[in-house]
Amino acid sequence: MDPVGSLSLVAIDWLLALAIVALAVGALSVRSLFTGVVLFIALGLLLALAWVRLHAPDLALAEAAIGAGLAGALLLAAARRLAGPAHPEGIGDDEQA
Amino acid sequence: MSRPEPVPAAVHALAALLAVGLGALVGWGVLTLPEATGLQEAVSSQMDRSGVTHPVTAVLLNFRGYDTLLEVAVLLLALIGTWSLRLAPVGRSRDRPGLVLRELVRLLVPLLVVIAGYLLWLGAHAPGGAFQAGALLAAAGVLLMLAEVRPLSGLPPVALRLLAALGVAVFLAVALLVMARGRLLEYPVEWAGGLILAIESAATLSIGLALAFLFRGDEPRGIDDGGRGG
Repeated sequence: MDPVGSLSLVAIDWLLALAIVALAVGALSVRSLFTGVVLFIALGLLLALAWVRLHAPDLALAEAAIGAGLAGALLLAAARRLAGPAHPEGIGDDEQA
Repeated sequence: MSRPEPVPAAVHALAALLAVGLGALVGWGVLTLPEATGLQEAVSSQMDRSGVTHPVTAVLLNFRGYDTLLEVAVLLLALIGTWSLRLAPVGRSRDRPGLVLRELVRLLVPLLVVIAGYLLWLGAHAPGGAFQAGALLAAAGVLLMLAEVRPLSGLPPVALRLLAALGVAVFLAVALLVMARGRLLEYPVEWAGGLILAIESAATLSIGLALAFLFRGDEPRGIDDGGRGG
């Protein structure tokens, strides 16, 4: 590969690694459950990209579909139940049980 | 929701110290690992006996099929556990699903089902397989629930239970039936490809159903009440 291409790949790898750690810290430290779940979903998507860069496309597919997608949906549903019936237009307003 | 008592700063500092120490230990362990090729050679030397051409699928469904059988069973257990619980009440939103959501679901769900089938078929020779395909089916189910479309509402709850158990049942049946000619989960080479496809097809349906109903939460009880999503 040409030097510019490999240099930009290194830059992408560093950006990915830093963004993943930043999103993990953010997901754990924000006060709002909803914001935390959204950051967790973003973390899962970047993690899928990291698996692609590590030449593990099987893991990338599973992480994007299950880790980011389904787990995100489950966490949103759980966060809405934690918010309780007192907040009818709270989290996940567009979903109905 | 009540907020918990504030944690003393010393506890935070101690936790941070422990986390950094553990991180350093794990990093040191990884960096000092001896050079090894792992099981790549062992897998590639047996690939022509696996019935598939993608090494990841060969390991997951054939060489280490036992692990995958247990994984599918764990998902079924999670669904049974969730159905056994009484769930916290949820605030009902007053809005009906909007036009944009309903039209998006109309476009996306058929596409998701087709891609799930494609990933399932692709698993034999490229990255893909039952879990990824099942997750896409579950995503279609979640979208249908969000749009309040209930394509499975005509099914009795027992049919949903059977569908949820189908993956484990087919996997176990194959595992036991091949014992007639060998040992548990040792597929005959000439049937391996077909058996793996049968297991993965059943597992895809069950995984999709289980994940979608984990999102919904409560147990489907009667025809009037149950069987939303797909």
